Amino acid sequence: MATATLELLRISATTAPSPGVRVVPTITKLIDTTTCIGCKACEVACQEWNDLPPETTVQMGTYQTLPDMTANVWNLIRFREHEDNGALAWLMRKDQCMHCAEPGCLAACPAPGAIVQYTNGIVDFQQDQCIGCGYCITGCPFDVPKLHPTTRRVYKCTMCVDRVSVGLQPACVKACPTSCLQFGTKDAMLEIANKRVAQLHANGITHAAVYDPQGVGGTSVVTVLAHGDRPELYGLPRDPTIPVAVRMWKGPLKWIGNFAMVGGLFGVLVHYVRFGRKDHQHNDAATDQDQSKP
Amino acid sequence: MSAGGRVVRYAFRERVLHTLTALSYVYLLLTGLAFWTPALYWMAAVLGGGYLARLLHPWVGLLFSGVLLWMFVTWRSDMRTTPEDRAWRRAMRHYIRNEDAQVPPAGRFNYGQKQLFWLMVIGGVALLLSGLVLWFVASIPWELRVLRYAATLVHAVAALATIGGFIIHLYMGLAVVPEGLHAIVHGDVPVEWARHHHALWLARDQPARVPTAAVPVTKNDAASRG
Repeated sequence: MATATLELLRISATTAPSPGVRVVPTITKLIDTTTCIGCKACEVACQEWNDLPPETTVQMGTYQTLPDMTANVWNLIRFREHEDNGALAWLMRKDQCMHCAEPGCLAACPAPGAIVQYTNGIVDFQQDQCIGCGYCITGCPFDVPKLHPTTRRVYKCTMCVDRVSVGLQPACVKACPTSCLQFGTKDAMLEIANKRVAQLHANGITHAAVYDPQGVGGTSVVTVLAHGDRPELYGLPRDPTIPVAVRMWKGPLKWIGNFAMVGGLFGVLVHYVRFGRKDHQHNDAATDQDQSKP
Repeated sequence: MSAGGRVVRYAFRERVLHTLTALSYVYLLLTGLAFWTPALYWMAAVLGGGYLARLLHPWVGLLFSGVLLWMFVTWRSDMRTTPEDRAWRRAMRHYIRNEDAQVPPAGRFNYGQKQLFWLMVIGGVALLLSGLVLWFVASIPWELRVLRYAATLVHAVAALATIGGFIIHLYMGLAVVPEGLHAIVHGDVPVEWARHHHALWLARDQPARVPTAAVPVTKNDAASRG
């Protein structure tokens, strides 16, 4: 829609500044893993609202629907069993795009306009502009984007941008029966998350913490973890950042490379002006004499 | 043009394989540059769009790798560094300044051409291996993601290295060395050109065409091969 142009904060592979000028609050989805009951209503709501083709489930020996998200499954509850001093912890986490404030996928993307970030924080793939190179897969520190085997384009959670842009909450949040999922401004969600963490601390769950990794500038999906000191128990990276290789490649290496290529072209031009063409017809006598001297 | 006629420098097979590497390399270069920077994305647009460029780039990469292997097998023996090459390397600044009278005679390929060959062979292997990872990046398990990161950097660095060689090669062949383009397209060069640029090769492969003035050159070549 035309008004969305004013809300484009970042556009992949674009040399010009993004047109987004509209100041809107950053929106955030809060996931409280301590109140998730693993019902998977959010998975169903996601499939239904986005009208995605169903995937055949895989029996993994747990309640988990599939081993990983796919191009058609953007929302997956991960079930993990963790034993701590004989006590079993059944950990559930909603896996989806984290909507990073500094998205590695967008930084890595070479296709103009294939990945955009709106001023409200939503990171969205524009599949019609996607060329299917998979660099976003390399750029993502959460292993989220999935390549579709036949369309050869990548897909992931849109944060229900179509719903959010008309004032609705994402479908998964709407479906959640325990209010483990909540949706609002980032400030409001962080307030709720911090209050919940204080409550958990008071109840003796002393390692509870909010997961809002600052290495990617914070995320628009904020998670309350009971084992906040060990996010890797949930399959979350401890301190995610845009991979160093991607930062090198899009940073210094790109400028060194561009400088070298332009410098090379300039160098041969200067050489041509200074020295020009070789001439074998007039130098031959000199060459032969030179060679026959010794 | 003085008497002496022309000699065959590149056989038909060699010209075909060079043409295939050249065409496939240029396609890979243009599409690769489109993915390298948005400022050059129009290169993908003129080649049929970004999606098509991304679809064909790996297949053309396989073609390039294949003909590069063929080229390696064909030219490997001509590309070994010889004692004459070391002398040529020491005099390279004279070659660059077109002071060819002070440049020692070269064999079938001079030291610079040999360096380009090895740069392309080693760069080609690095590009093929990293390119395979990038092609199937979605199939690389998360636990092996270091391969994704390494491939991204290796592909870019190797491409830049070959581009450096390619710029010089194209410039030399088209602008600096007369007959260069004609030789690689049609295969033949004037005898006097061969004596000027590749005297040892002329003496070795075309001894009947060597005038008496070049006899000492033949002696050098025999020494290097012995």
